[in-house]
Amino acid sequence: MDWFDNSVFIEPFLNNEFLRYALAAGILVAITCAVAGTFVVLRGLAFVGDALSHGVLPGIATALLLGVSGIVGAAVGAVVMMGGVSLVTRRFRLSGDTAIGLLFVGMLALGVIITSRSDAFVGDLTRILFGELLGVSQSDLLSQLCALALVGLIAFVGRRPFLLLSVDEGLARTSGFSIRLFHNAMLTMIVITVVASFQTVGTLLVLGMLIAPAATGALFARRISRMMTIAALVGTLSTYIGLLLSYHFDVAAGATIVFTAVMFFALAAVFTEIRKALSKPSDGEHEHPHAHGRVHV
Amino acid sequence: MNTATISADHLCVGYGKHPVVLGVMLDLKPGDLLVLIGTNGSGKSTLLKTLAGLIDPVHGELQVLDEPAGHLPTRVAYLPQHPVSSHTLPLQVRDVVTMGRFAHLGLFKRASALDRGIVSSAMQRTGIDAQANKPIRDLSGGQQQRTHLAQVLARKAEILLLDEPTAGLDINGRKLVAELVAAERARGVTVVMATHELADAEHATAVMLLAQRVVSMGPPQEALRDEYLRECFGFTQPH
Repeated sequence: MDWFDNSVFIEPFLNNEFLRYALAAGILVAITCAVAGTFVVLRGLAFVGDALSHGVLPGIATALLLGVSGIVGAAVGAVVMMGGVSLVTRRFRLSGDTAIGLLFVGMLALGVIITSRSDAFVGDLTRILFGELLGVSQSDLLSQLCALALVGLIAFVGRRPFLLLSVDEGLARTSGFSIRLFHNAMLTMIVITVVASFQTVGTLLVLGMLIAPAATGALFARRISRMMTIAALVGTLSTYIGLLLSYHFDVAAGATIVFTAVMFFALAAVFTEIRKALSKPSDGEHEHPHAHGRVHV
Repeated sequence: MNTATISADHLCVGYGKHPVVLGVMLDLKPGDLLVLIGTNGSGKSTLLKTLAGLIDPVHGELQVLDEPAGHLPTRVAYLPQHPVSSHTLPLQVRDVVTMGRFAHLGLFKRASALDRGIVSSAMQRTGIDAQANKPIRDLSGGQQQRTHLAQVLARKAEILLLDEPTAGLDINGRKLVAELVAAERARGVTVVMATHELADAEHATAVMLLAQRVVSMGPPQEALRDEYLRECFGFTQPH
């Protein structure tokens, strides 16, 4: 195989409609995840994202059993998951991560139980967890496009309070923004991303697309907009490379895309560490608290 | 009309139903500086958070600019004790300072030339303008604290609530904070500042010595008498 031949890089997409659809869906997922993932990384909501991505499982499983759209089931699952977390946190005075952990495992187990009632248990479960990127249809693309528009709209409207929340909740509150309202708006954005992306990369792997490209952006960017742009580029490139590898080596598409995105992060992290080691320490002022002779209590 | 910027009557501050400081009485006017002094856990930050509207009073009366606390975000600015979360985020110094204008800009208003001018002026006043385009995570602790001070100044508020604004600053930084506070007071801003430094109380209108209760309150020479300091800290300041 000549690796510099168009037959390797371009022709698979020219010759196969399902690959073109997969690429389009993957890119839409990458951009949606870049927008939502930037705030997931900034606000430290990775565990919430993980819980949401698994919490939708029973909803999807029930929808498949009843023969209705998986997206509707996923949306119901996500609402139940977040409602449950909110209830456990408020009523039982448990920390957020304990509440999320409990609900996450419970919902995952329930999803597997429901799916086990299906005649095609293993097939259904695999499809939900790892996605079915190569089976994307035009209507899936349309749903993904709507999700991107919605996520983009929420991110645009909420950009200022989201940024303040990521820095300090008190700062958001004292700037006149409701913590609860905009935290829930951020969760809604993550829910839409997860629900719309499970078809493409699956509920298990969507977290990788939310976190890895955004974390790569955070390593290089000096501004939030730049971080989002880098995340979108890394996600898009991972989708293209992942699909190519999947096509040529006959491996799972969704998993290969996510693995590629994580490898991008690993390479970026090594690069920044080397760059840091090679650069001279800055000559900035280094002030230390209490380094003086005044009365100090 | 009430001329007090902050007034409190038998205010009890704390978390939920658990009081931390009881019996706070305040009647601050424009240009006043109230310095809160006490050991860790004495209730300084709890009182400031209550004045900022971040936690509700346990009981008692509190009015900030004739409104309940937290109702006037454009007119009250709050500097938290350790605003460190932004230090891991991809934000330039200018971005962090601009966040001080968000209360005025809301969700949709675009930053005007006036807003940008206020941000630049705030950075100049805290001596951080040369670092405006640097990522805040690349700065020293002192420079980061100056950035957060600039953010508070950019709010152009009538009340400044500062929780240990000199933390992490060297002697020049401390002098700068004192000058900034004096300048803000000169334009009629009421400042409430929590500190561990007795020297920060030198120019205060009033000092409140806290030890999970109000040990003393009044002009510095009155509130910082030896018996109060001994009661609060177990030692007195050198004479």
